[in-house]
Amino acid sequence: MALLADTTVLLGKELRTEFRSRELLTTTVVFILVIVVLFSFTFDPSVGESRRFGPGLLWLSFLFAASLMLQPCFLREQNNDTLSALRLSVRDPFSIFLAKLAANTLFLLLTEILMLPIFAILYNVHILAVFPQLVLVLFLGSLGVAIAGTAFSAISAQARMRELMLPLLLLPLLTPVLIASTEATSGLLAENPGLPIDWLGFLAGFDIVFLTALWLFGEYLLEE
Amino acid sequence: MTAPAFAPTGIRFDNIEKRYGGLYALRRVSLAVAPGECVAFAGRNGSGKTTLLRIAAKLVRPSAGSVKLVTSGSEATDSGERCGFVAHATMVYDELTAEENLLMFAKLQGIAEPRACAAGLLEEVGLSERRKYLVRTFSRGMRQRVAIARALLNEPSVLLLDEPSTGLDPEGISWLANTLRRMRDAGRTILMSLHGESEISALATRAVRLDAGSVVADTRAGSDMHAILTFAGA
Repeated sequence: MALLADTTVLLGKELRTEFRSRELLTTTVVFILVIVVLFSFTFDPSVGESRRFGPGLLWLSFLFAASLMLQPCFLREQNNDTLSALRLSVRDPFSIFLAKLAANTLFLLLTEILMLPIFAILYNVHILAVFPQLVLVLFLGSLGVAIAGTAFSAISAQARMRELMLPLLLLPLLTPVLIASTEATSGLLAENPGLPIDWLGFLAGFDIVFLTALWLFGEYLLEE
Repeated sequence: MTAPAFAPTGIRFDNIEKRYGGLYALRRVSLAVAPGECVAFAGRNGSGKTTLLRIAAKLVRPSAGSVKLVTSGSEATDSGERCGFVAHATMVYDELTAEENLLMFAKLQGIAEPRACAAGLLEEVGLSERRKYLVRTFSRGMRQRVAIARALLNEPSVLLLDEPSTGLDPEGISWLANTLRRMRDAGRTILMSLHGESEISALATRAVRLDAGSVVADTRAGSDMHAILTFAGA
């Protein structure tokens, strides 16, 4: 119960500070928009090409944007040493991670859903009929990105060359998420759309394994 | 300040050692601080003052040794739970108001009536009228007041202050000295790291000088304390 209560309080803080400044959401939306638009300039995709390459391009842009969004996650806790204040206050240190990864998942999902209509227009794909299934894929993929990203953000915040460290650590680790999310999205955008359960299962498995690892070892990542 | 809700508590450092790779931040520091004592730690930059205080707050794990809180009539317990910690960073969120900051930390600490507690402490530190303002709009002195209020939320019996007067103007230092005096007189044990003599160091009942991670001087005598504090400030 203490874990849940602390997580709720900290999630409230994360949401309040972000919606007050809108720094992360604005930059991430603009970043994804730029990538998606630039890719659309490099070739004039037919419907068939969009179905083949679109999901990969979409998830690559989400992944790059995520590495940008997750960077300040723990970095800004260092400005006023607020991480120490949190560590002194919470009853379960895992609540710090849980609140951050819930907020990161929510922010990622929000920007992805905002970007979907623009992607559909630029790449001439129909998403309306499979929208709920697409949101499920986006959720599982974003959760995986947020879990690993939040953990590595905590590590890289204490390292030298921290701005470079996070993408270097994170992007290779997220290759399985990229592949599974792309395959699942491809299945939904195919001529005969269907939800690839095996890839969804893979994403869910990735999320569970990394969340468990974070729960077991997260406390050590917060130590000085 | 209302009647204390804490038991007078001392703190005992036993052979504390902290290494970062091959570098020693602290070397076998042993120190017993009696309940109600106000100890000023002095020493050059890098002498180990901050590390010692952060170990006492359980923010840093020692490489060897232990820190225990000792309350009269009870067993020694791990430090941290009954400690309030103030660093030279404010440890509060700039993007939240003073009230939101205190309310959040009060809830995290499981305080029964967080709103009343936060309101009381804001009154105590003279920020009631500015409680709805974002902390980033505050002066350094006002931020430090919020920091002190945050550290007092759980009625700590031991207060750890790491260079609490950093960046404060003379008026801010006077306010801090008066506040700490009230806390000391209420029976709180205070451990603080300082640079040189000031209104705040005058509150100390004991001075300890650290050098290269070791305790090199420890006194309760007034004239010796002056020597320790001024040497470190030199």
